[in-house]
Amino acid sequence: MPTTVRVECTINDETREFLCEPRQSLLECLRDVLGLTGTKEGCNDGNCGSCTVMMDGRIVPSCLVLGVESQGSEITTIEGVARGSELHPLQTAFLESAALQCGICTPGFIVAAKALLDRNPRPDEHEIRLWLANNLCRCTGYDKIIRAVQQAAATLQEAK
Amino acid sequence: MKWFDYSAPESVSGAISALAAHPRARILAGGTDLLVQMRAGRKETDFIVDVKRIPELNEIRYDSDGLTVGASAPCYRLYAHADVAARYPSLARLAALIGGTQIQGRASIGGNLCNAAPSADAVPLLIALGARCRIAGQAGEREVVVEEFCTAPGVNVLGPGEFLVSLLIPPPAPGSGAHYERFIPRNEMDIAVAGAGASVVLEDGHFRSARIALASVAPTPLFVREAGDALAGKPVNEESINEAANLARDAARPISDMRAPAEYRRRLCAVLTRRALTRAIEEARGNR
Repeated sequence: MPTTVRVECTINDETREFLCEPRQSLLECLRDVLGLTGTKEGCNDGNCGSCTVMMDGRIVPSCLVLGVESQGSEITTIEGVARGSELHPLQTAFLESAALQCGICTPGFIVAAKALLDRNPRPDEHEIRLWLANNLCRCTGYDKIIRAVQQAAATLQEAK
Repeated sequence: MKWFDYSAPESVSGAISALAAHPRARILAGGTDLLVQMRAGRKETDFIVDVKRIPELNEIRYDSDGLTVGASAPCYRLYAHADVAARYPSLARLAALIGGTQIQGRASIGGNLCNAAPSADAVPLLIALGARCRIAGQAGEREVVVEEFCTAPGVNVLGPGEFLVSLLIPPPAPGSGAHYERFIPRNEMDIAVAGAGASVVLEDGHFRSARIALASVAPTPLFVREAGDALAGKPVNEESINEAANLARDAARPISDMRAPAEYRRRLCAVLTRRALTRAIEEARGNR
């Protein structure tokens, strides 16, 4: 008989409890159980990076994490990047640089890029491209995404 | 995915009991191979044992016996570890080579080994470094040298109810160096068309010993003992390196597939072995 499991974790600084089946991925739990639909499903096998979330300080593909594995962990999704109606400089830079078209890959790119800038505030272009190699975009050709990350890094530096 | 039940034991004995109670159970570490294979219907189970909460499977520790790498410790923790970066730089480079940033947040080299793909990037270097596998099961613990762990594509020596606890890598000898070199047609994130891992110990301009292993050119990662042995006592020069590289090439038993024809892979074995040895020698010279 399918059993459901009670999971408690912190999502975007809030304690959340939910029920899920062990076979449900963290991605499914976020979207279908918790209604956090900002995280996108792309390939569902770890290649495309669309479902990237921050888990215990590292970016992970949420399609390759079971919901039950998140017990006790701290998770940040794209919904936790802006502060209320104030966009994160990365989000502003993506808009201003037109670093997106269809937008499916964008939440994953922003969560991943934020993790990079949090640990390395002045990455060079090679470091940005290497860090984001697990995020695929089929619209932009990447160049505008790289420029947006550079611009956000500059904005964050100026704010210091 | 089909329905399954889940447990996350917090001790080796807890995992042994869980596996004994569920003969069809599968072990979950980073999940970057297992969950993909289950979704594709290539692997089935009614029970998942998540081993990431077991301290022995999660530790990375350096002491006089060498480096212990817990089977489920994710790649990023390897390259972020001070002792790994300082004493096993080849291993730190390897951990940064597997997958992309997100995959490195989950995937472990223990999992890469247990998945037993012929193309597994971690395995040739582990063989070159002389790693041993610590295995636990109902009958107790046993050790297997890493070159004997994979037995066929996707198959390893683990018996029913057994699991990999950790990898033990001996302390680096003075004058030693190692490197893994692969060929992929892209810059990052691809499956090796062929790969070569090499380790050397140098003394007075000569090789004291060397170990060489290959990826993607046989049904399992391939230890080419004779290629490393041929270097023992030889001067460190191009002629010696070429001889070992040719022995590695001759040992390869590649197939032709969508990634490359067999002959191309054979040639790559010589090139990659040369490059792996050259880089290992550079590292060894800095380690005197």
